[in-house]
Amino acid sequence: MSARTLPLLFLNLGGEMLYILDQRLRAQSIPGEKARKVMNDIITTMFNKKFMEELFKPQELYSKKALRTVYDRLAHASIMRLNQASMDKLYDLMTMAFKYQVLLCPRPKDILLVTFNHLDAIKDFVRDSPNILNQVDETFRQLIDMYSCLSAGEFQLIRQTLLIFFQDMHIRVSIFLKDKVQNSNGRFVLPISGPVPWGTEVPGLIRMFNCNGDEVKRVEFTNGGNYISPQREGSFDLYGDRVLKLGTNMYSVSRPVETHMSGASKSLASHTKENAAPNPLAKEELNFLARLMGGLEIKKPNGSEPGFRLNLFTTDEDEEYASLTRPDELSYKVINIQATQDQQQNEELARIMGEFEVTDQPRQSTSKGDDLLAMMDEL
Amino acid sequence: MYRKARSVPLKSSSSALYNNLSVLPLRDKPLTYFAAVHGSTVSLASAAADGLSVSHRQLQAKEGGPAVSASIVTQASWCVLPSRVLLVLTSQKGIQMYESDGSIMVYWHALDVLEPPPAQAVFARGIAAASGRFICVGTSSGLVLVFDVPSKGTNITLSEVLEEHHDSITDITSEVGENPNGAADLLTADDSGALCVWRAKEEFSLLTKISAFGWTCSSVKLWNGVIAAGYGNGQIRLYEATSGALRATVSAHARWIYALDLAPLTGKLLSGAEDSYVQIWKLSRNPDTGDIEIEHCHSECVTDTQLCGARFCDPEGNSFAATGYDLSEIVRYGQV
Repeated sequence: MSARTLPLLFLNLGGEMLYILDQRLRAQSIPGEKARKVMNDIITTMFNKKFMEELFKPQELYSKKALRTVYDRLAHASIMRLNQASMDKLYDLMTMAFKYQVLLCPRPKDILLVTFNHLDAIKDFVRDSPNILNQVDETFRQLIDMYSCLSAGEFQLIRQTLLIFFQDMHIRVSIFLKDKVQNSNGRFVLPISGPVPWGTEVPGLIRMFNCNGDEVKRVEFTNGGNYISPQREGSFDLYGDRVLKLGTNMYSVSRPVETHMSGASKSLASHTKENAAPNPLAKEELNFLARLMGGLEIKKPNGSEPGFRLNLFTTDEDEEYASLTRPDELSYKVINIQATQDQQQNEELARIMGEFEVTDQPRQSTSKGDDLLAMMDEL
Repeated sequence: MYRKARSVPLKSSSSALYNNLSVLPLRDKPLTYFAAVHGSTVSLASAAADGLSVSHRQLQAKEGGPAVSASIVTQASWCVLPSRVLLVLTSQKGIQMYESDGSIMVYWHALDVLEPPPAQAVFARGIAAASGRFICVGTSSGLVLVFDVPSKGTNITLSEVLEEHHDSITDITSEVGENPNGAADLLTADDSGALCVWRAKEEFSLLTKISAFGWTCSSVKLWNGVIAAGYGNGQIRLYEATSGALRATVSAHARWIYALDLAPLTGKLLSGAEDSYVQIWKLSRNPDTGDIEIEHCHSECVTDTQLCGARFCDPEGNSFAATGYDLSEIVRYGQV
């Protein structure tokens, strides 16, 4: 559908990832200097100029799996490492948080305010590094250039494209359950009270006109909800009050990152479907990944900067348990790319794929992985 | 008063798309067909009146040319012509027409797919039967394609292209009233909120144009010369079809309206929106002044559901059905 969706999807999911990593770095008492380096490295990589150029080209969305691969790489752009269970949990949290924001944003256009909330927070993470700050501001301007001229209808198409991307994901997130914005079946709670979107009237009034256009009758009715008028519109400028709270950082020391991993049975079924379906698009997806990730630089830990492992769970035992008990259907089965032969045939691709080794140990190739390998051999 | 009846389960959940429910009550059997879109598939269900004994069928979007990702279906709707009933699917790749039960595809019209993909999305959307032998389908570039459909067989031809809209077509409808006063036969709506009213004779001619006011018009209906239009700001507007004159504004919903429907025999109007409400209204004409009047009849909240489709299930409007984003069932209500 809308070919303008990918930048918003990528930046907002990336923003959620940074919120979670920031919170876990604190919770795991990673020294300040080290934590700052990790955040700076990831943000630098995320807003890489070449990468952003690829991202902003009009294109369709790709599968959840392909996108997950990009974040896998992004999360490992510094000296920090995440194992499979923590990475799964990180991606679940990111996607459910952004799904909630897309679903709840009052007008389709407000997805832009959600994005600006994420970028404002990212700028705060790198406030002491003017170079990175400039990089983020550059993307900010690109967003304003591309999106400020779009109509309400085009924003609705973007929103509908995102909702199709997130459809059938019902993973329960404890912070949402505690706040009572998610039901135990994984569906989000939709309020029927509070302010209506900017530009919308509070429901309840009928006005009738005669053939001359004069108002001849006014009737009120009860619509069932309990709405009020909105206060003001958020700012769509580089700086300003966004008014909307969706997309701001919901985690804090007193509100830690947690997930319930018991996906509803429905979500299990849909995941199974996605994994089982033969995917004729693998080649196109591979090209997408290669193009996109050509711009992502990965830093390998070296002697002077010892790496460390981040855990998305409270203890190592919890993490271990999660990796053992995660239903197979829920596994994203990250595309495990290993250029097996003839690396020189396509140097660029081979270089990218060669660098792309984020899994701790080689896992059994999925059928999808086999397809990718076969295709790469053909290159 | 309406009361909740047994839901019809779907094989997959419904996508957030305008007018994402089509209902076809069968004439010769006590069965009703339902169709709702899920990504690149369409879920069909046929259900008996009691909601028991449901049977299912899934249709896939046809892929035209080298696909970069699965083509998303934008709408599925039955078109009832006097001679035959066809099920029409619109997608990013083109237009598919099936026999009413979805068993056989009788026609395929491909949209031009550009390489590299343009910034503007390409798709077809908006489906309606008109004037006895035509099926009209809208496109993202604002065209309305008119197909001439023979009473049987597959010799469907593109007979005319209507070029009046500058934005993506959102919905198309034709006159459903018993006593249409005026010459309006077809109504088309677009993303900017502009409406075009057409008269169908040998060719379609533009009767009047109703200009946009900043909000998308997502769903339209035409009943006895009255236009009902639902907008992104939650408003319903009623217009005189022949003149385009505004006759009523209704602050109906707190969020984007996704579907309108009209019961032709009673003038009942139904609206469904992202605010999780279905509202039922009644349209009439004041016998003394000729003014169009509208009154509110009923509110129904489908809890925690952003509605994407809503339809009456009978010509009197005694029952209705609705679909919602991420919801794998069709909720139904009947009058008590």
